[in-house]
Amino acid sequence: MEPIDLDLEEGELELPAEPMHLNMGPSHPAMHGTVRMVLELSGETIVKNDVEIGYLHRGFEKMCERGTWAQVFPYADRLNYVSPMLNNVGYALAVEKACSIQVPDRCQWYRMVLGELARISDHLTCNGAMAMELGAFTPFLWFIKARDIIWDILEEETGARMTHSFARIGGMAAPPTDGFKEIVSRGVQKVIELVEEGEKMLLKNRIFIERLEGIGSISKDDAVSLGWTGPCLRATGAAYDIRKLYPYLKYDEVDFNVPVGTKGDTLDRFLCRLDEMRESRKIIDQSIARMSDDGPINVNDPRVILPQKSDVYTTIEATIQHFKLVMEGAKVPAGETYSYTEAGNGELGFYLVSDGSGTPYRCRIRPPCFQIVGGVERILKGHMLSDIIPVFGSMNMIGGECDH
Amino acid sequence: MSEIALSRLKETFGEAILETHSYLGDDTAVVAPEQWRNVCRFLREDSVLQFDMFIDLCGVDYPDREPRMEVVAHLVSTTKNHRVRIKTRVGDSEMDGAELDSVTSIWPGADWLEREVYDMSGVTFRGHPDLRRILMYPEFVGHPLRKDYPAQKTQPLVPYRTEEEAGLPLEKLAPFREDEGMSFGRKDWTRSHGEPVTGDGVGLRSGGSHGAD
Repeated sequence: MEPIDLDLEEGELELPAEPMHLNMGPSHPAMHGTVRMVLELSGETIVKNDVEIGYLHRGFEKMCERGTWAQVFPYADRLNYVSPMLNNVGYALAVEKACSIQVPDRCQWYRMVLGELARISDHLTCNGAMAMELGAFTPFLWFIKARDIIWDILEEETGARMTHSFARIGGMAAPPTDGFKEIVSRGVQKVIELVEEGEKMLLKNRIFIERLEGIGSISKDDAVSLGWTGPCLRATGAAYDIRKLYPYLKYDEVDFNVPVGTKGDTLDRFLCRLDEMRESRKIIDQSIARMSDDGPINVNDPRVILPQKSDVYTTIEATIQHFKLVMEGAKVPAGETYSYTEAGNGELGFYLVSDGSGTPYRCRIRPPCFQIVGGVERILKGHMLSDIIPVFGSMNMIGGECDH
Repeated sequence: MSEIALSRLKETFGEAILETHSYLGDDTAVVAPEQWRNVCRFLREDSVLQFDMFIDLCGVDYPDREPRMEVVAHLVSTTKNHRVRIKTRVGDSEMDGAELDSVTSIWPGADWLEREVYDMSGVTFRGHPDLRRILMYPEFVGHPLRKDYPAQKTQPLVPYRTEEEAGLPLEKLAPFREDEGMSFGRKDWTRSHGEPVTGDGVGLRSGGSHGAD
């Protein structure tokens, strides 16, 4: 190694002024899913950036036009694969709106409990992964441990940990299991304990706070005009929550708050998600208390609901009904409808166009994180390269729904 | 429900509002394509309506109709808490003239959505700052969400090259040189081990993309 030349002049020590181009992703460990950022850097400051998505594009909307209405459920699962139940229920509600069906009360409560469980698992993943990317591995493990409790509950109910495909047009695939209420209330209790433990570790950590506070902030007006929804919008102070403003299922009958932030920075997004988990717990507790132990789970409508298997094997009418529902699909009246629910990341919309047949004519999905990721470009400008990790982590980009 | 939006639109634009309906509670207005940007600006700036959020934009293809492509936008007002759907129809049967004014200057959030509609349905947005494909790659041919695009169709990412185009016999374009790997791999199997075994049992050709080759 050569000795350091102490006679170097000050001017010679400056960094080159040429902007540097840097490709970040598509398979960078901190790029959730696969997304590529083309950055132009001046030193370590971001001058320009271009977010490129589409690496996980699977032609979801085109595929929907090939099967029956019910065959969209597995696709909906794979949109936001961290909270598939919310997508399932969102799509089921959209088709039910188009058919003017309302599911029984018991099913509505059931959907709410499962949906809120999925929301907690979504927020746990987002917050945990972001903390891990900043070097805090232990809270990540605790959050994932908590998420596993939720996935165990969902596995018990649906038979699958992640891609449940559990909702049906007009109901659910199966009624709640016998021990449902008990495992949920015990599980959620444990989850919240783990969250609080992890939260203590992070929110008392100066390094963690300093990397989040004031980073990637956005004003309320900007966030609204960019089409942001969900926790990212609420962190700016806009109390826009579809569960409150346009209640669906039984959300108007439960008592919960909408946590909002003040500055719209990364820390606010982190805190909003933490608070929302506690609110979800409130909803779950109330829903379990109000959900009846017996009663129908599916709507009594032979146009959309499959007959009992025992009838299919013994009567010709049920066999024909089953055959027609499986082969042709449930018929949705011709027309268009837009149905929207609050998913983990914000407004999940389904714009359905039916020509009256058993196949969707057009199934447009409005993924919440598409527009959020579209706005990242603006808020990253002027930040440092290392700020991309917390900012992008707090957006909770899910490749599956963003890229369709 | 914001039937007020529909009545305000009809008052202001008259003939340019081609039809309206409120099927299933979704207020819908069909707008003449020439007035698209003006209608959008009005909906954004009108003090009664204040649609400040551009929620969604998509194209719906009706190949039998003329104009063929329906462009559907969903708007939300976060201050007034109401929603509206506006649609317009563009393009003839060959999708010629499928052009609309961009609304990115009204709602910045329309940026990626317009790129998506351009990519998926092939509607060009005049005045968009950066109109290029977003979900598909630049070399992709066609617009997958048009009804005449076959769902089964596949396209190579990079066109396959013939040996002449590549400039070399393809077998010489091996990814690794012989001396590059360790003793157990990355060598030409046939050269170090003789001809492939062709006994009564198995004929094995280890090569191409085998893990140990």
